[in-house]
Amino acid sequence: MTYLDHAATTPMLPEAAATLTEALGRVGNASSLHTAGRRARRAVEESRETIAQAVGALPSEVVLATGGTEADNLALKGLYWSRRAADPRRTRVVVSAAEHHAVLDAGEWLAEHEGADLDVLPVDAQGRADPAALRALLADHGDEVAVVSVMWANNEVGTVNEVAALAEVAHAAGVPIHTDAVQAVGAVPVDFAASGVDALSLTGHKLGGPVGVGALLLRRDTACTPLLHGGGQERDVRSGTLDVPGTMSLATAVRAAVADVERRRTTLTALRDDLVARVLAEVPDARLNGVPLDRPGERLPGNAHLSFPGCEGDSLLMLLDARGIECSTGSACTAGVARPSHVLLAMGLDEDLARGSLRFSLGHNSTAADVDAVVEAIGPVVERARRAGDALARS
Amino acid sequence: MSGGVDSAVAAARLRDAGHDVTGVHLALSAKPATMREGARGCCSVEDSRDARRCADVLDIPFYVWDMAARFRDDVVEPFVAEYAAGRTPNPCLRCNEKIKFTAVLERARALGFDAVGTGHYARLSVSADDPAHPVLRRAADPDKDQSYVLGVLRPDQLAGALFPLGASPKTEVRAEAARRGLVVAEKPDSHDICFIPSGDTRGFLAERIGEAPGEMVAPDGEVVGHHRGVHDFTVGQRHGLGIGRPAADGRPRYVLGLEPVSRTVRVGPVEELDVTSLHATDPVWLAEPPTGCVVQVRAHGGLARASVAVTDAGVDVTLDEPLRGVAPGQAVVFYRPDDAGDVVLGSATIASTSR
Repeated sequence: MTYLDHAATTPMLPEAAATLTEALGRVGNASSLHTAGRRARRAVEESRETIAQAVGALPSEVVLATGGTEADNLALKGLYWSRRAADPRRTRVVVSAAEHHAVLDAGEWLAEHEGADLDVLPVDAQGRADPAALRALLADHGDEVAVVSVMWANNEVGTVNEVAALAEVAHAAGVPIHTDAVQAVGAVPVDFAASGVDALSLTGHKLGGPVGVGALLLRRDTACTPLLHGGGQERDVRSGTLDVPGTMSLATAVRAAVADVERRRTTLTALRDDLVARVLAEVPDARLNGVPLDRPGERLPGNAHLSFPGCEGDSLLMLLDARGIECSTGSACTAGVARPSHVLLAMGLDEDLARGSLRFSLGHNSTAADVDAVVEAIGPVVERARRAGDALARS
Repeated sequence: MSGGVDSAVAAARLRDAGHDVTGVHLALSAKPATMREGARGCCSVEDSRDARRCADVLDIPFYVWDMAARFRDDVVEPFVAEYAAGRTPNPCLRCNEKIKFTAVLERARALGFDAVGTGHYARLSVSADDPAHPVLRRAADPDKDQSYVLGVLRPDQLAGALFPLGASPKTEVRAEAARRGLVVAEKPDSHDICFIPSGDTRGFLAERIGEAPGEMVAPDGEVVGHHRGVHDFTVGQRHGLGIGRPAADGRPRYVLGLEPVSRTVRVGPVEELDVTSLHATDPVWLAEPPTGCVVQVRAHGGLARASVAVTDAGVDVTLDEPLRGVAPGQAVVFYRPDDAGDVVLGSATIASTSR
C-alpha cells in the first residue's frame, strides 16, 4: 500500500502509540485531589510543558482540546465574543478564502447567528494571503474587526503564509489574530511566541499523535469566551475532564515531530520534488498548483497538488486506489458528491480543472518506493480517467 | 448501490463470485440533503450512508457518482414533458436506459470495468461466444419481476449488465442480507418515484407545467366537466376525475384519452377502455422480431397474446384479447409465446391505441 494522504491523517509514531497504550491502563482524573488524581495531573502538566516547549509557548498558553476543529471554533467564536463584549463596534470577522471549513464555517455561523460581518480575505494564485491585502482591509474597517484568522499552512495546496507579517498587520490595527497550524506543526518550524499570533490551533493526528486530542495555544493576555461550560478546566476556557493518555501521547508526538522537522523537511522536499518532476514527465499537461518548487520555504515539504486536465478527480482517486495508491481530492458533500475545492476556486482555477485535481501528501514514513509507485501508475490512470471524462461528455 | 437491500446483496454475490467489485452510489438530486428525509429512495443522504455502510461491510471500494445533471436532463425533464404531451411515462425504465446502462456503463467501461451489476430482479445470460444476443428473462420471483423496466435495453447494454438476484425470491435476498450483517436487511422496499419523495406526482407536475385548463368530454360529445391540465390524468384512471354529476346510466367514468393540443380529456364507460391494437415506436430487439408473442403494456399486469408486424414506422400490435388501461408513453415489452413466456424479445414505446 502506498499511503500518500498524510495531510488527512498520518500514522502514529511508535513512541506516541506506546505512551498512549501504557497510559490507558492507569486511573486518575487530573482534577481529583487524591493520589491517583495528583499523578494524572502531574502527567498532564508535564505533557503541557513538553508541548509548550516544542512550539515556543508558555505552558499556561496551552489549552487542551479535541483537535483542530474544536480549537478553530474556540478561537473564532471565543475571540469574536470576547472582543465584541469589550467593544460592541467590533463585529467583523476576517478569514482568508483558503481556510479549512473549521474556520470558514465557524465564521459563516457567526455571520448567520451572531450578527457578525464576514470579510473574506482573497488569496493569490498560489493560495497565499497577502499581508498588504490584510492591511488594506484593516485600514478601512480596523476598528470594527473582532478577530482575524489566517492559516499557517494550507491543507490542500500546502502554501505557507507569512504569519508573522500578518500578525504584525493585525496588531497594528489592534485586532487579535488566530492561525490554524494543524498542517504546519511537525512539518515546518513553528514558534508561537515569535510568530506574534494570539491563538494557534494544532492537532495530534496530523503529526504522529492520536486522533481526538489537540490544543489551542492562547496568549495569556488574550481573552476568549468559552464554547464549553462546566468544571472550569483549562483556564476556564475549555471545560471537560482532561484526556490524560491522549495528552501524554500528544506531547510525545509533538516533541518527536518537532525534533524531526529538519530531517522531514530535507527528506520530504526531495521526495516531493522527485514526485512532481516525474509525474509532470509522465503527464506533460498536468500542472502543479500552489507555490513553485523553487521557493521551498513557502510550501509544505510533503505537499504535491496537481491538476490533470480532462479528468475527474474522483475517477483518478478510484483508479489509483485500485492500484493501492491512496491520495485525496477536494471535499465531498454529506451525500458523498465530489465538489470542486473552494481553495482552488479562490486561487482562480476554473471549475473543471479544480475537479480534476489530486493531492499527494507525504509524511514521516514516506519513501522513494512510494514515489515510484505513483510515477508508475499515473500515466495509465490519467489516460483511463480521460476516457471516462470523454465518455461522460459524449453520451 | 442505492442504499437498499437488493443492490447490497447483488454486490455481495458478485464479490463472492470472484468479481473485482466497486460500489457506486448515484447522486441524482442537485440537492441531496433536501431530497428526502428518512423514508426510502435513491437520493437521500441516509441512502448514501446506507450504501456506504454496506460497501464497508463487504469490504469493497465505494464511490458516489454525481449524475444529477444527467438525471435531470434524461429522466426528470422528459417525464414532465411526456405528461404535458398527454402521455404516461415510466421514469424507472428511462433511468435504466439512459442513466444506469448508458451514462454509468459508459463511464465504468472507460474506467476499465467490464459490467454494471444492479439489484434488479431479472435473469440474464450473455454467452461469451455470442455477446450480441443476450437472453433476458423474467425473474424467478414473479412478484418482483423487473424484466419489463429492463426490456428497453439494447443488446450492447445488456452485454455489460449483471443481475445476480434474478433467480432468487425477495425473502431469500432479505434473509441473505441479514446473514451477511448488512444493516439494510429490513429496510422497506421503494415504491414511489424517487425524485417525487412526497408521492404527490400531480403536485410535482402542476408545479412544473402549471395550469392548462380544458374540458372533459363524454363519448357523445357532451362536456361533463373541466380540468386543470391533461397532465393530471392517466388513461384508465377512474378516481379523482372531479366530475360532479354522474353519467346518465349511473356507471363510473374512466379516462379514455388525453388530447393536449385541444386540452381535452375524453371520459367514458369502462368498456371503451378496451384496446385491441396499438402502434408503438422506437423498437429495440433482442431477438428476431416475432410475429406472435405475449405483450406486457405496463409495469404490473397488462399481459396478452398478440401478433406483431414491424413496419418502417414502428410496430403494429394486434391483441388476441382486448386489454384495458393501455397508456401512450408506456412501453410494450414483447415476450416469447412459449409455456414459460419469460424470454424478452424486445420492446417499443406505445404511441397510440385503438379499440
